Amino acid sequence: MTLSSSVRRDLAAYGIGYALAIALTGISFAIVFFRLLEPRPAFVIILILALVQVTVHLRCFLHVSFKRPAREDLHLVMFSAIVILLMLGGTFIILFDLDTRMM
Amino acid sequence: MSGVSEPELRHVGLTLEGVPPLKRAQVESDVFGFWAFLMSDALIFALLFAIYATMIGRYAGGPTPGQEFKFHSAFWETALLLTSSFTYGGVSIALKHDAKRRWIVLFTAITFCLGAYFVRMECHEFTTMFHDGATPEDSGYLSSFFVLVAMHGFHVTCGLIWMLLMGAQMAIHGIDQRVKVNFVRLGLFWHFLDIVWVCIFTIVYLHGLQR
Amino acid sequence: MHDPSVLWYIFLGRFEWDSLPFVEAWRHPTTSEIIAACASGIVIIGALVVFAGITYFRKWRYLWTEWFTSLDHKKIGVMYIIFAVIMMARALIEAALMRLQQAIAINNPGILAPDHFAQLFTTHGTIMIFFVAMPLLIGLINVAMPLQIGARDVAFPFLNSMSLWMTVGGGCLMMVSLVVGKFSTGGWSGYPPFTELRFNGGVGPDYWIWALTISSLGNMATGINFAVTIYKLRAPGMMWMRMPLFTWTAFCTAILIIFAMPPLTVATLLLAADRYLGMHFFTNALGGNMMNFVNLFWLFGHPEVYILILPAFGVYSEVVAAYSSKALYGYTSLVLATAAIAILSFTVWLHHFFTMGQSAGINSFFGVATMLIGIPTGVKIYDWIWTMFWGEVRFTAPMLFSIAFMITFTIGGATGIMLAFPPLDYMVHNTLFLVAHFHNMLIPGLLFGMFAGFQYWFPKLFGFRLEEKWGRISVFFWVVGFYLAFLPLYVMGASGAARRTAEFFNPAFRPWTIIAMLGALAIFAGFGCLFLQVWSSIRNRYALLVPAGDPWDARTLEWSIPCPAPEYNFSVIPQVSHRDDFYWRKVNGSAYKPADHYRDIEMPKNSGVGPIMGIATGICFFGLVWHIWLYAAVFFFVATGAGISRSFMRDLHKIIPAAEVEAEHRRWLAQAAAARPVRRQLELTPANEGLAACQG
Repeated sequence: MTLSSSVRRDLAAYGIGYALAIALTGISFAIVFFRLLEPRPAFVIILILALVQVTVHLRCFLHVSFKRPAREDLHLVMFSAIVILLMLGGTFIILFDLDTRMM
Repeated sequence: MSGVSEPELRHVGLTLEGVPPLKRAQVESDVFGFWAFLMSDALIFALLFAIYATMIGRYAGGPTPGQEFKFHSAFWETALLLTSSFTYGGVSIALKHDAKRRWIVLFTAITFCLGAYFVRMECHEFTTMFHDGATPEDSGYLSSFFVLVAMHGFHVTCGLIWMLLMGAQMAIHGIDQRVKVNFVRLGLFWHFLDIVWVCIFTIVYLHGLQR
Repeated sequence: MHDPSVLWYIFLGRFEWDSLPFVEAWRHPTTSEIIAACASGIVIIGALVVFAGITYFRKWRYLWTEWFTSLDHKKIGVMYIIFAVIMMARALIEAALMRLQQAIAINNPGILAPDHFAQLFTTHGTIMIFFVAMPLLIGLINVAMPLQIGARDVAFPFLNSMSLWMTVGGGCLMMVSLVVGKFSTGGWSGYPPFTELRFNGGVGPDYWIWALTISSLGNMATGINFAVTIYKLRAPGMMWMRMPLFTWTAFCTAILIIFAMPPLTVATLLLAADRYLGMHFFTNALGGNMMNFVNLFWLFGHPEVYILILPAFGVYSEVVAAYSSKALYGYTSLVLATAAIAILSFTVWLHHFFTMGQSAGINSFFGVATMLIGIPTGVKIYDWIWTMFWGEVRFTAPMLFSIAFMITFTIGGATGIMLAFPPLDYMVHNTLFLVAHFHNMLIPGLLFGMFAGFQYWFPKLFGFRLEEKWGRISVFFWVVGFYLAFLPLYVMGASGAARRTAEFFNPAFRPWTIIAMLGALAIFAGFGCLFLQVWSSIRNRYALLVPAGDPWDARTLEWSIPCPAPEYNFSVIPQVSHRDDFYWRKVNGSAYKPADHYRDIEMPKNSGVGPIMGIATGICFFGLVWHIWLYAAVFFFVATGAGISRSFMRDLHKIIPAAEVEAEHRRWLAQAAAARPVRRQLELTPANEGLAACQG
């Protein structure tokens, strides 16, 4: 079955995303399974890897980009990210502060 | 950025050439509105993560994640969901290039099977934990674990039901405009759930298995 | 305590005979119980009278086809407002009862038992926020915003209907709670562990949880609806910086709704998980953390109060500009201030719980952030004052509401800055000082804005103006009533009077509580005057007709169409080239022109799925409250099934032929041409046919 070049391009985008995601997942699992790092730095690394993988998903599977048609979606995602950061960051700071003062 | 935009490719799976302007605006609204819903859903998950994080350590003398979590189930669940995201890409590409209906049905069916197996694995994991005596009523930590992961599982199940409904819609209406838009939205939903799962396996399973 | 049989449990759940206030009053005839029974009786009789009346006048078909199944944003907006007003009547009665109790109960148990009083303050708050304020502002945005941006309807008309009926379903749940069972006594904020099973295992907190949940479901959909409408459906040429201020505030409100509802959803659902599934999110024992609830609730609660106030700010921008015969001063600063308020509202939520044990550094951060939010609000007040300056100000009722707002809201804002200072907040947290502050923001802020907006846009909906006389009398009663009812509360609160208290022990409070009760009565009178205004205007409507469409010589797009607006709003979607485009056209003589080319207009058909989903969800949640799992399951499937069935439907639109649109448009243009233009001095006389004299 012959595929046109645009289909090939689209498939490639998904394929690259899939490959990257597998790689990032594999590294995260390996770090924890084989205890390659101390727990605290390991957790920071796998968090960063997760963030990268989320970006890969957004870019390759969800087509969020800087291009004009996708820009409104990007605005929405960025604004949501800011709100989520505020709420999560605030929650962590407040709850851990309360925990410290309670113990 | 006002009102109607130019004819161009808007999302993979949807071509807008030849679509009259009013319908195009409706399609853009439909997809953008679904994005907004997904963002609110993202916030719900983010807050459940925050609750989970503040509950780490509150084991009330009961089961801990180190005791209860298993590497292999976390790994295979991840693999299943990630692959199902990739196979849904097949649906999107088939839609975009006006492929024959059987391709869309095929890729949707594969995605459905992978997703269903994911749910089955997760249910099995839960029942194993219950047998071990690790139930949500045991502690604040377990409550937050079960609610977070089950909330994701519930969303996946809704996605599966949605796929079945799409099958029914295709059978009744063929692949008309509304069916296409629904496939695009289902795609957004499905990929979004995989994003949430990336966070779950990192923050819940890998972090828990570290201890 | 008898053991319910299996059949009873399947069909009636945990209902028992003394869940009925009548039975309770029969068994323990105290004043408190008798009042509860009377309230229950009023609900039942009221419902019966309404049903009987509609049946007698054979209006069911009309109501169903013209109103309940309508997807027209204007009609949905009107239904929201009517619903809100009915719920407001109940909440005001509850307020009056509480004032009466506090006036009597000084070293005296008063007429209400503490448990009953607790239910009253809980329902008063819950109803006012979720079933009065939210429906009012959503209704008003529904009415005006699509008209202001040159759209035919909102982006998702069906979701609009569903949202309305979800809200109505929630209101029914609140009303049913008067008839069967008791409501929560945990305040509108419902803090655990008090609302956990251990301390309140009855139906009260469950009523509260599910009423909030159904309201949130509706509001979420509305937030998305409004945001997408403004993002995507603006008329060609309507750039962001050409939008009217009311649309800007509607947009920011929608964004706030989308991001503020999830924390509430999480908080209530996790509380439900604790209560229904025995989990330990917020319990005392086994690892629960009540501060998680407090944090989540106020993550919602603070943006929520900005959701409530921003639309009112938008109304004031429109009203002050229109009745000052001037363009709004400082448009850009108003837009930036609105956006700043929206964003900052996500950074201050801790000020609702300064006293819960955080360290001083955290309290200070949030205190400073809270004070910062006062700055953009102050900018807005200055802009409105400068708009009036050198304008030809007409003191109509909406304008009077606006002026009263500017003065009174500033006082409340000042007390807000006081409360933002943690050490001071420690003194007055949970006293009547706080109660006075937030009523000072909500009544002159939100309510006056809603009244002003309702009176301002009424002609656009119904084709005739409201009479001024009862409107102005209403302003008088509301303003006097507000000051009498709430300034004493500042005094009492600063002297240490706690909130949510059924009985006081300090005789020094007596004069203040009596003045406050008189204020409550005055507010009630003001509320009644608004009804009188509408009723008297309906009787006199032929003298008040303004068919040409522009009774106030206003500036924004909605005034360029007939009064009442046609179903499809605009005969031809306008091409916008300026801010205040309609005013520019009037000045340049290019308003009231026929179009070159008319097109067929596609509008959504009516749908019964919205009402079905809303009522079914209400019944499902009623089942959850009473543990009648049968109803919960069945009506869950009815609601979701109805929604899913909609996605299978295809014949969802009707076409209005271009010829009909053109005929209607030309007929109206002829009417406008035949009308006599009036100068502003005559705008409140029958001479006003809705055509403004050209300002030139």
